[in-house]
Amino acid sequence: MTRTFQSKSLPATRRQVLRTAAAGGAMAATSPFWLNLARAADAPIKIGFSMALTGGLAGAGKPALIAMQIWRDDINAKGGLLGRQVELVHYDDQTQPANVPKIYTKLLNVDGVDLVVSGYGTNLIAPAMPIIMRKGMVFMSLFGLAANDEFKYDRYFQIMPAGPEPKIDWSRGFIELAKGKELETIALVGADAEFAKNAVAGARTNAQNAGFKIVYDESYPPSTTDYSPIVRAIQATNPDIVYVGSYPPDSAGMVRAANELDLQTKMFGGGMVGLQYASLMTSLGPMLNGIVNYDFWVPEPTLNFPGIQEFLAKYQARAKGQGVDPLGYYLPPFAYAYVQVLGDAITAVGSLDQQALGDYIHKTTFNTVIGPVQFGANGEWAKSRTLMVQYQNITSNDLEQFKHAGKRIVLYPKEWVSGKFKFPYTEAKKA
Amino acid sequence: MDLFLNAIVSGLLLGGFYAAVSLGLSISFGQLDIVNIAHPAFVITGSYVTYMVNRALGLDPVLIGLVFSPLFFVVGAAVYYVYYVSFEKTGQEALSGLVFFFGLMFIIEISLIMVYGVDYRLVAAPYIGVTWRLGAVDLPLRMFVPFVTALIMTLAIHLFLARTFAGRAVLAVAQDRLALRLMGADPVKVKQLAFGLSIATAAVAGSLLIIIGPVEPSVDRLYIGRVFAIVVLGGMGSIGGTLVAALILGVAETFVATFYGPSWAPAVSFGILLVTLAVRPQGIFGRY
Amino acid sequence: MRSLVFWSVSALIFALGLVATKLLANEFFFFAGYAILQATIMAVAWNILGGFTGYVNFGSAGFFAVGVYTSVALNKAFDPPLIVMLLAAALIGGLIGLATGYLTLRLRGVYFAIATLAMAIVLETVANNWAYVGGATGAYILTPKTVLFFDDYIEFLFALMLLLSLGAVAIARQLQLSRIGQGLSAIRDDEIAAECMGVPTLRLKLVSTTIMGALMALAGVPYPFFVTYVDPLSAFDLTIAVNAIAMPMIGGTALWFGPVVGALLLGSVQQIVTVTVSSAVNVLIVGVLLVIFIVVAPQGIVGLIRDQWRKRRAHG
Repeated sequence: MTRTFQSKSLPATRRQVLRTAAAGGAMAATSPFWLNLARAADAPIKIGFSMALTGGLAGAGKPALIAMQIWRDDINAKGGLLGRQVELVHYDDQTQPANVPKIYTKLLNVDGVDLVVSGYGTNLIAPAMPIIMRKGMVFMSLFGLAANDEFKYDRYFQIMPAGPEPKIDWSRGFIELAKGKELETIALVGADAEFAKNAVAGARTNAQNAGFKIVYDESYPPSTTDYSPIVRAIQATNPDIVYVGSYPPDSAGMVRAANELDLQTKMFGGGMVGLQYASLMTSLGPMLNGIVNYDFWVPEPTLNFPGIQEFLAKYQARAKGQGVDPLGYYLPPFAYAYVQVLGDAITAVGSLDQQALGDYIHKTTFNTVIGPVQFGANGEWAKSRTLMVQYQNITSNDLEQFKHAGKRIVLYPKEWVSGKFKFPYTEAKKA
Repeated sequence: MDLFLNAIVSGLLLGGFYAAVSLGLSISFGQLDIVNIAHPAFVITGSYVTYMVNRALGLDPVLIGLVFSPLFFVVGAAVYYVYYVSFEKTGQEALSGLVFFFGLMFIIEISLIMVYGVDYRLVAAPYIGVTWRLGAVDLPLRMFVPFVTALIMTLAIHLFLARTFAGRAVLAVAQDRLALRLMGADPVKVKQLAFGLSIATAAVAGSLLIIIGPVEPSVDRLYIGRVFAIVVLGGMGSIGGTLVAALILGVAETFVATFYGPSWAPAVSFGILLVTLAVRPQGIFGRY
Repeated sequence: MRSLVFWSVSALIFALGLVATKLLANEFFFFAGYAILQATIMAVAWNILGGFTGYVNFGSAGFFAVGVYTSVALNKAFDPPLIVMLLAAALIGGLIGLATGYLTLRLRGVYFAIATLAMAIVLETVANNWAYVGGATGAYILTPKTVLFFDDYIEFLFALMLLLSLGAVAIARQLQLSRIGQGLSAIRDDEIAAECMGVPTLRLKLVSTTIMGALMALAGVPYPFFVTYVDPLSAFDLTIAVNAIAMPMIGGTALWFGPVVGALLLGSVQQIVTVTVSSAVNVLIVGVLLVIFIVVAPQGIVGLIRDQWRKRRAHG
């Protein structure tokens, strides 16, 4: 490549632009300092965290933030915590793990936050752990799969209701439902990405323990555009059960491909993220019928916990025009709950002492908008509440229908069952 | 045998779509040597425009893409002008242009996030979900319609470049800028036309992308590698080469996904590229 | 810059860095500083092939990830001392650089760029499927609770990165000032003419890619200890590749200190913006800055300053 160096005359204006830009940058960089000085006078309680507001996980991160802001407003309306107003201090981690350690050190060392909670997703929770552990902070965590398995930190609490053995509990319900139906073979498929791989690994263990024969076991790269070759390869093995671990774009791709190729199997679904989002539900509509998938909260009468309807109404009002999921059933109630637990613990203990809070959270059952919450020794839920729901009776692509009961029937665990399991899949998808 | 046949057909359909996305880059990078790494970002913008109009007026996505391509053409011409004044005029284009387009890619992505949010967007069309069956072969219309559109678009561009006066000026400027000027044509205007055309194809490609699957602002990053690989594999400067390379890549990916394990599909595609570069660097149909 | 001045200043900077780890209690600076230093090594390494020799490497993230995964694999296998991991990564990165160079340097510049992109994607696919280092699920690397001489592990990582950056800059400077460097700029200006003059172009280009590969891999070795959890998505992130190109471009590619200027400038802006303006806007700012800088100063800041200086000398 040839390059010629020519000397150009630089008009004075361009130099000025560069100078003012530098000055502006310096001012922007020091502005939090001035804000912090102002805040010191009021002494509010500051809760700090990173959240994915841009990048791959922003689709869930942004709604989570909205939910947390609702909690903050609810709590402040009632007079705050310990008589002080609550303030949320957050930074966008851009779904990049490398940003997380410095965000949390800034929060703790520079911004002087009193409490911290996690961001969303395993790879954005794990990088914060060493810093949190060193400072001995209580760490409420939002949907990281088994993030504490390696660290074994005793002040880590996970709000995702996976259960004491998250990797296995995730798919346990699906396999349990399959067990009662005299099935033999299972196909496992998932995306080459953290959550999906873990979900499928758990399903593999559960399937082997249940005595199912695994006839297909592959993964695909997240950049896959066309899922028909995968569905065809699966069909060629004639499985009774198909378990899929996927993220929103691939979930949509797999469901569409399964419908277009008229997948013949008896049970289909499992760990497909994204089928809980309004955008995918309305787009796929009747294609969802018959699919048995995981979920955490659905508008069924068995899950009508106190406070959930009010919360959802507030969320749906705030979500308008923000370019986020309009229904807010998936992550937002849990984002509300994980700060709600922290707030309730502070009120009960009467101080911000991290040791006292940690002990209190371990031994208490909390009543939250997502129902009763109790943590086990490793910080995960003491009892799994990963629901298995089946899509039924969807006749159109309309959004309103998903706001009412009857479209996602809870099949597992027993305590929350709200309807009958339509079996097999080939029959169930017709209604 | 069924599986084999369907794998080929699926691969061709997928490859056709890849060709649609790469067509614009074949012009801007293959012929004009402009490293427009923001091309997939323009495609995603096309997807969002399609989504907006489809949701508001219910029009067919491909139609929306075609209707908006003149607007994208104008935008492309404007972007080229900035690029020309900043870089080409002073001879700095190769690397500086690359950084410029990286910056542009981020700006486009973030603007989309700020305007539309980060939720997944999909379009509705009567043929999404319908499958035609020809014997043992499945033709999901969701893939078939983009395939046909891509073929037509490729043919149209090829005819434009080969048969019309303006088109041949574009081919000329790719080969020898000085000679073109001696012939009396203004190379800047010609390149502006060509670049505008490349961005216009992005509008249509975007509408095809959102027919096939859900779109959110960072989806463009998944296509950067593929489109450059396809243009280089096909041969810089050859529109037909781009189509053939896209089809080859589509079939290779589908075969690996069907018979071996989808995990390895990207390695196979790019492996093919590396082997081709080692053995025949000018690509399949490249001349220089 | 005289050699003595350079080495004294380097030693001084390193000493200051060590002092800072003792005096500064706020770890934030070390985390942010680590990221800026990592970007500096990547920018300096990229520039050896990109700026000095004129061949654009699109796949910088691939070489970086080689260092990351060498580190993870060795750590899981037998937890060797750091120096072993650094040497191993430099060796492997250098070899891959050599191999890439050998396979593709016959090609015109733009083809080489695409080949590096393809190589990065192939490496990412391998990383995704290599279960031993966690594959797509990711790997956890736990940092030791105490470390010699430093209060905190991050201070140790920061000092390490400072040492590596100073080393990389020294290597780049040596290269540029040596006969090899003259050969490289001959290649950059007109490869065919250089070949005709007897410059051993292929050999020099291979030296370039090998050193670049080794340095980028070195930059990746401490990364797993920095983030604790590594997965291919973050190790191969596009931002790494973009920064590796943008920073030398903004700073100036002809001289060895151009990438340093660019990395310090752009890196600092990115770090500051992440913890202040934080939101979609901060990536927008980076994008806008990139475009503005490159339009205003296509030869980089160093090139701009040089032009100004030359003009002033000519007029005055």
